[in-house]
Amino acid sequence: MLKTYQYPKFGYTPSDEQASGRIRRHQVVVIGAGPIGLTAALDCAYRGLEAVVLDDNDTVSIGSRAVCYAKRPLEVWDRLNCGERMVDKGVGWKLGRVFFRDRESYRFDLLPEPDHKMPAMINLQQYYLEEYMIAEIAKQKTIELRWKHKLISLKQADDHVVLTVETPSGIFTMEADWVIACDGANSDVRKMVNAEFTGRFFQDRFLIVDVVMKAEFPAERWFWFDPPFHRHQSALLHKQADDVWRLDFQLGWDADPVEEKKPEKVIPRVRAMLGDDREFELEWASIYQFACRRIDNFRYGRVLFAGDAAHQVSPFGARGANTGVQDIDNLAWKLKLVVDGVAPIGLLDTYNEERAFAADDNLLNSSRSTDFITPKSPTSRRYRDAVLELAESHDFARPLVNSGRLSTPTPYVHSSLNTPDMAPFHGRMVPGTNCDDAPVTIAGKPGWFLNAIGDGFVVLTFGAAPSREVAFGKVKARVISVGDDLIDVKGTLAARYDARPGTTYLIRPDQHVAARWRSFDPTTIERALARAIAA
Amino acid sequence: MPLETKLNIADPDGFYQELIDSQRDMEEADAELMNCKLVLLLANHIGDRDILREALKHAGGRIG
Ligand SMILES: Cc1cc2nc3c(=O)[nH]c(=O)nc-3n(C[C@H](O)[C@H](O)[C@H](O)COP(=O)(O)OP(=O)(O)OC[C@H]3O[C@@H](n4cnc5c(N)ncnc54)[C@H](O)[C@@H]3O)c2cc1C
Repeated sequence: MLKTYQYPKFGYTPSDEQASGRIRRHQVVVIGAGPIGLTAALDCAYRGLEAVVLDDNDTVSIGSRAVCYAKRPLEVWDRLNCGERMVDKGVGWKLGRVFFRDRESYRFDLLPEPDHKMPAMINLQQYYLEEYMIAEIAKQKTIELRWKHKLISLKQADDHVVLTVETPSGIFTMEADWVIACDGANSDVRKMVNAEFTGRFFQDRFLIVDVVMKAEFPAERWFWFDPPFHRHQSALLHKQADDVWRLDFQLGWDADPVEEKKPEKVIPRVRAMLGDDREFELEWASIYQFACRRIDNFRYGRVLFAGDAAHQVSPFGARGANTGVQDIDNLAWKLKLVVDGVAPIGLLDTYNEERAFAADDNLLNSSRSTDFITPKSPTSRRYRDAVLELAESHDFARPLVNSGRLSTPTPYVHSSLNTPDMAPFHGRMVPGTNCDDAPVTIAGKPGWFLNAIGDGFVVLTFGAAPSREVAFGKVKARVISVGDDLIDVKGTLAARYDARPGTTYLIRPDQHVAARWRSFDPTTIERALARAIAA
Repeated sequence: MPLETKLNIADPDGFYQELIDSQRDMEEADAELMNCKLVLLLANHIGDRDILREALKHAGGRIG
């Protein structure tokens, strides 16, 4: 299997601290080197925290698993210097087609808005994603990636965490000021802190197959309900990089997960979908069932949960990795301010506040898609079929078709870190929302707005800047003047931010709007800055 | 505007007959599918979520 990809093997290197038996205290220990743990390590380095990553394995994701990545996570990875490489390798797409039985029910266009650096969506095998991040980590002096290190127990002390770790050389102890648990849906850490992980478990099984084939099919997402080649179930076809295609077959709860994975069972299903004369090779096949659940609190003392360890969603709508990356985007800057002692520890509780809110939104979306795709009763199936039949000829029914809603960020509209608007504004940039990108020029060179912010708090002001900096205690916000520091070449920035001369935004380090006004008033900005760090 | 529960249809007997006749020779499954389409079409026509919720209640449905 895996004809297009050679799995790298990352060697096990015994650590000095294990060899010497002298216990070391680390600033941050990340458990798990999946996409979220790797992102966490890179974001720690970006913010100026030292991180050690432990992973019980020694390679990237076996099989592709995640395929689709949306704009916001790509923007986060771009901030961490991996985004461009992912986009270059990935397959861009924007058209989705939905079929019911032997007819096309309707098609949708993602209609990506122009003038964003990152595309609406790309498809890329998960192993490439991880490989690129590992390559980036190798350039960072403040990250240590340790393979074949399995966490076997964890204890919280007053001001640190004690970790017991098993390696091929035996068992040893490490200490950490903070732990970021990114050890996946079956998180051991979650059990170690006795966290609850509850939600819905769906009684259904899916076969996912990656095949290599030369096909002239366009790079579109094709989704079938009850197709002739796979009656009474759903199926999906989607393109990845290197002529690899993702096929997905709903099998029902009674399917035997061991039998169904065997090539002699898989190949006929693939043939039925692709036609008898299509040449293909199986790359990887796996059976999954899914659940929609989340942890009761993203923070347990000095242990912070992110990614699948904190929330598990069904794959419809491609939310798992996408939302996990946004957990880290939210967490890393907060952790840095708390570690530096310049923000109260309560700032970390807003990590739970904001990301649990986002997780619930994702879970809701993902449960709804699942209920549409796998109806739970004959009547709900009939409603589903009625929607699909109506969709072909009736406009109103099309938005009811739910083959997975694509992942978009959840604005933290109720966050306690926001300062509510005092003046009316139009558009999307309400406090708690991630900032829209826009083309700008800086020192005469074309660039992107999001690339110009993100390293700390920013006060963005349209017009002359009355000062270069606003500070609350030791937390500083750099002032950027639109017109001086960057030029809004096309007027896109002003349009997206509903700006007039004097309009001023306070932007968080994770590129989210904290507050906005119609004029630049240092005292008001200071107050909003204090609020944005939970002071 | 609350859900209309007083008669709002002209010629009720005529309407009822039309409804039954529209499904007279249908297989049970087809008629059930048609019912679903009908609910969806009418729901969209009404549009107002409060009225729709009220109708769900009046029909004996459970509202979260
Ligand atoms: C079929 C399928 C399709 C999907 N499609 C998409 C998609 O299109 N888009 C999307 O965004 N998401 C998708 N997902 C979800 C995505 O794969 C996951 O959300 C993502 O992998 C989660 O990343 P993670 O880093 O949190 O966890 P994982 O990737 O599970 O990584 C956890 C890591 O922790 C390590 N570990 C576990 N226990 C320990 C321990 N005790 N000590 C040390 N290390 C440990 C593991 O070895 C592993 O490397 C899909 C998932 C599936 C199954």
